[in-house]
Amino acid sequence: MSVKETASNWEPKILVFACNWCTYAGADLAGLSRLQYPPNIRILRVPCSGRVNPQFVLRAFQRGVDGVLVAGCHPGDCHYVTGNYFTRRRYLLMQRLLEYVGLDPERFQARWISGSEGPKFQEVVTKLTEDIKALGPNRKLRDAQ
Amino acid sequence: MKYAYYPGCSLSSTGIEYDLSTRAVAKALGIDLWEIPEWNCCGSSSAHLTDHLLALALPARNMAIAEAEGLDVVIPCAACYVRSKAVEVEVKESPEMQKTISEVIEREYTGKAKARALLDVFANDLDLNNVSALVNKPLQDLKVACYYGCLLVRPTKLGFDDAEDPQSMDKLMQALGGTPVQWSFKTECCGASRSLDKTQVGLTMIERILSAAKEAGADCIATACPLCMSNLDMRQGQAGAKSGQTYNLPVFYFTELMGLALGLNPQELGVNKHFVDTSAVVKKVVEGKGRRETA
Amino acid sequence: MKRVGVFVCHCGTNIAASVDCAQVAQNAQNFPGVAYATDYKYMCSEPGQELIKKAIKEHKLDRIVVASCSPRMHEPTFRRCIEGAGLNGYMLEMANIREHCSWVHPDDKERATQKSTELARMAVAKVLNNTPLEKSQIPVTKRALVIGGGIAGIQAAIDIANAGHKVDIVEKEPSIGGKMAQIDKTFPTLDCSACILTPKMVEAANHPNITLITYSEVEKVEGYVGNFDVTIRKKARSVDMNKCTGCGLCSEKCPSRVPSEFEMGMTTRKSIYTPFPQAIPNKPVIDRENCRYFKLGKCKVCERVCPAGAIDYTQEDELVTERYGAIVVATGFDLFDYSVYGEYGYGKYPDVITGLHFERLINASGPTMGKIKRPSDGKEPKNVVFIKCVGSRDEAKGKAYCSKTCCMYTAKHATLVREKIKDSNVYVFYMDVRTPGKGYEEFYTRTTDQYGAIYIRGRVSKIYQKGEKLIVKGADTLLGKQVEVEADMVVLATAMVAQPDAAKLAQMIGISYDQDNFYTEAHPKLAPVETHTAGVYLAGACQGPKDIPESVAQASGAAAKVCALLSKDEMATEPIISQVNEAICAGCGMCIPICPYKALELKTIQERVQGKTIERKVASVNSGLCQGCGACTVACRSSALNLKHFTNEQILAEVDALCL
Repeated sequence: MSVKETASNWEPKILVFACNWCTYAGADLAGLSRLQYPPNIRILRVPCSGRVNPQFVLRAFQRGVDGVLVAGCHPGDCHYVTGNYFTRRRYLLMQRLLEYVGLDPERFQARWISGSEGPKFQEVVTKLTEDIKALGPNRKLRDAQ
Repeated sequence: MKYAYYPGCSLSSTGIEYDLSTRAVAKALGIDLWEIPEWNCCGSSSAHLTDHLLALALPARNMAIAEAEGLDVVIPCAACYVRSKAVEVEVKESPEMQKTISEVIEREYTGKAKARALLDVFANDLDLNNVSALVNKPLQDLKVACYYGCLLVRPTKLGFDDAEDPQSMDKLMQALGGTPVQWSFKTECCGASRSLDKTQVGLTMIERILSAAKEAGADCIATACPLCMSNLDMRQGQAGAKSGQTYNLPVFYFTELMGLALGLNPQELGVNKHFVDTSAVVKKVVEGKGRRETA
Repeated sequence: MKRVGVFVCHCGTNIAASVDCAQVAQNAQNFPGVAYATDYKYMCSEPGQELIKKAIKEHKLDRIVVASCSPRMHEPTFRRCIEGAGLNGYMLEMANIREHCSWVHPDDKERATQKSTELARMAVAKVLNNTPLEKSQIPVTKRALVIGGGIAGIQAAIDIANAGHKVDIVEKEPSIGGKMAQIDKTFPTLDCSACILTPKMVEAANHPNITLITYSEVEKVEGYVGNFDVTIRKKARSVDMNKCTGCGLCSEKCPSRVPSEFEMGMTTRKSIYTPFPQAIPNKPVIDRENCRYFKLGKCKVCERVCPAGAIDYTQEDELVTERYGAIVVATGFDLFDYSVYGEYGYGKYPDVITGLHFERLINASGPTMGKIKRPSDGKEPKNVVFIKCVGSRDEAKGKAYCSKTCCMYTAKHATLVREKIKDSNVYVFYMDVRTPGKGYEEFYTRTTDQYGAIYIRGRVSKIYQKGEKLIVKGADTLLGKQVEVEADMVVLATAMVAQPDAAKLAQMIGISYDQDNFYTEAHPKLAPVETHTAGVYLAGACQGPKDIPESVAQASGAAAKVCALLSKDEMATEPIISQVNEAICAGCGMCIPICPYKALELKTIQERVQGKTIERKVASVNSGLCQGCGACTVACRSSALNLKHFTNEQILAEVDALCL
């Protein structure tokens, strides 16, 4: 199914939920500025980080994704006024749940990246890729083959 | 009511009247003052200009002794008060500092024992109606310029009254039958120790306060700090000489006025130890009308 | 039968240099559901779009994936393109293989191509779950409401009215005019404020499309863009507006005097009064809280002397509900209460006044007929001290922000004192001098050079009374000295703050406000007159401190937005909104408080269950209000709520496709 498990050439697969108004724009800006980062992430566009249902995150881990990042507008700047406040709460609860369930909670991260923060997007993604790589492939929640 | 009592260095020397009158008034009001045994100097300005930890540790030791007895500390001198308050606030806000200080003084101080200014306790802890009831030599509408000085109200975090127009001493004087005057120099600097090392500067500050009190129509000035007293009383002549004025403005500790109003013996209050002659005011109060004999 | 077409763009060499586009297209051919896949140099160009349209027809494609640049760039382009080929515009997905791939992974063609393939696969999986969506239409009521009758509200109303739409201005004071009516002269031209304001007030009053609703307040706002139902409380004036001729006899004879709000308490007005001589409408109201008849049951002099019999003590507040298509909020500002500053006397010194008090003093129709006089003894001051930033730029006791107008009006006041009192000395204590407008710097320079006002850089630490004089103690930081001025009068430039009921009004209308209670614009740079609430616009100082030219500019801007809205009979709403599956909605209402636009509510539906007709509550989405964020969908416990075009199924399909 998901990740190729050859020890030497294993590369993590990271899913990024990016809000249309801020993070997606920030990622576009990183591209426009030709800032490079590792090719491990896959961006999934949502209108607001508040759209991200924790069940999507679970599904991603079930399907073998090694890391998930939810990113949206800075608190107070949400295009839809309050969406990111819900993201923040859901993220905290989800982290607790993952911890309880026994999955390394560090595989699931949340960040605030605005549309003008191209370099920040590059930084966050680069660091995240390194961190997930250090954690190794996601075996715990992956569906059985 | 029982409090730990921290007289501080000045009250055994230049501020002796403050100590005498405080003890006498406390006794008359039924307040039990337990003098902190073997108290040490609070460090005042010298310590806090030298070293932050030293400046906190010195008053902390006194506070810790009181805390062990479960008592808050009442402090007449404004400088001792503000330094003791500073350490109370610091240990409450910084657990790290609290640990360091307790280690240094080899006693536990958590900030539970509060530093209280004497003026604060007399004006706010007592029911002033009860105090009025005990007055048998009312102040005869004596016009009192209440001078708070700077350290009782600033920094505002450590002060207990409004920094621009405090009222505690004013309402106390009113309860004693006096008339506090409206004036704008209640909290202006008296020059502090500048009268020693930069005398001209110090005298200028003293002069302004005395002039303002005089212009406001005051018969006397009430104060709550030994250094303010020393500047306004001891140096009144010098300040007046500069501009060729004699102010004839006796300066009292507010506790001396309280003592007079409560009918205590003026000698026991120390009013005869002042530089500027107080006899006229004392006579007015002691021989004044409307006095009641104590039961 | 779903047939996906995949089109991979080279974007010249922008993508092709780092991604093997032909390979991506080839890989795509094997994705489930893909009927056709190809690559091309410039997909967004005319031939590129033709290619797509041709392929749709030839291969009977019913949904398209374009792997190219960011959808934030060309989604509308390709939507229009496939609509041109007869498909619904929402049957399109884009895979961003440029900004998110080729441009950021230029040196690893193999992995960039792999990533592009996966992104394309995600897009295909999503589009397979797309459904055609239609924009819905809601009717637009061609009538606008302007809340606030100051210069901003008046200007907005005039502009909207001139465009041919009906406008109502609701103003809580008895007259329109706002703060500008209290100002004497305006910087930098020193035009008489009333002279430039009153023509506009008259224009608004006489305009056939404008209705003035004065002495009234907004009490409730319901509805949504195009259809706001607003309840207005018309307070009882106690005067019949149809009979009153504005002769003023009632005010003349009224025996009851109270401090005049318009004159900042420096003189009195009667209990039956018009706030100022040029008031519009120029008909009085009775201040029932002070009127002797209403307080004590006596007097009634006004009724007796009124030649038109217009006094009506029995009048009651009237509540009316009207429907509007758009609302402009222009409620203006208030001034900071400087009595928190003990340094300046806690408001006790009569000769320490605010800038607005000063305006009334120098105004020819003010309490001193335009002569600058000390409020305490009526004498003319010689030494006048101005202190700027009282309450502004003060995080300790006031507001952190700069009030924008004070530097200019203080320079104006300084100029006027020097002009009117020949031997006066004017001192201005300042931190900075901010002169950002046209002619402003030159005005300030004239104030110092020509008019001889002395500007001292430093703050004032204390003002106290010494006999008749006010001693102002401050610092001159440029000279490094303490400064003491024996002043006769001190004028404080107090901060502009939000109206005391600003938060309440904002909550009523459903717009956001910041920590200082100024209303929040949709975007600080690019949308300064819109709010996040569709159909509600902002104009003037209620949005933030500003001067008259800016308020007028904003008002016209808001009016333009309103006209755009009202120019249509119907407006289209974006179909990317939440929808409720009523079959599984339990009516718990958890979603309702989540929505920042109040777009969700419960409605009652009827169903037949086991042969009986029952009623139950389900959630209902207002398509006019829903902005499509999807926050409610996550809160829904039964997944009855889904966001169209970003449904749970669509997103999960993307996730699944990623991990193959």
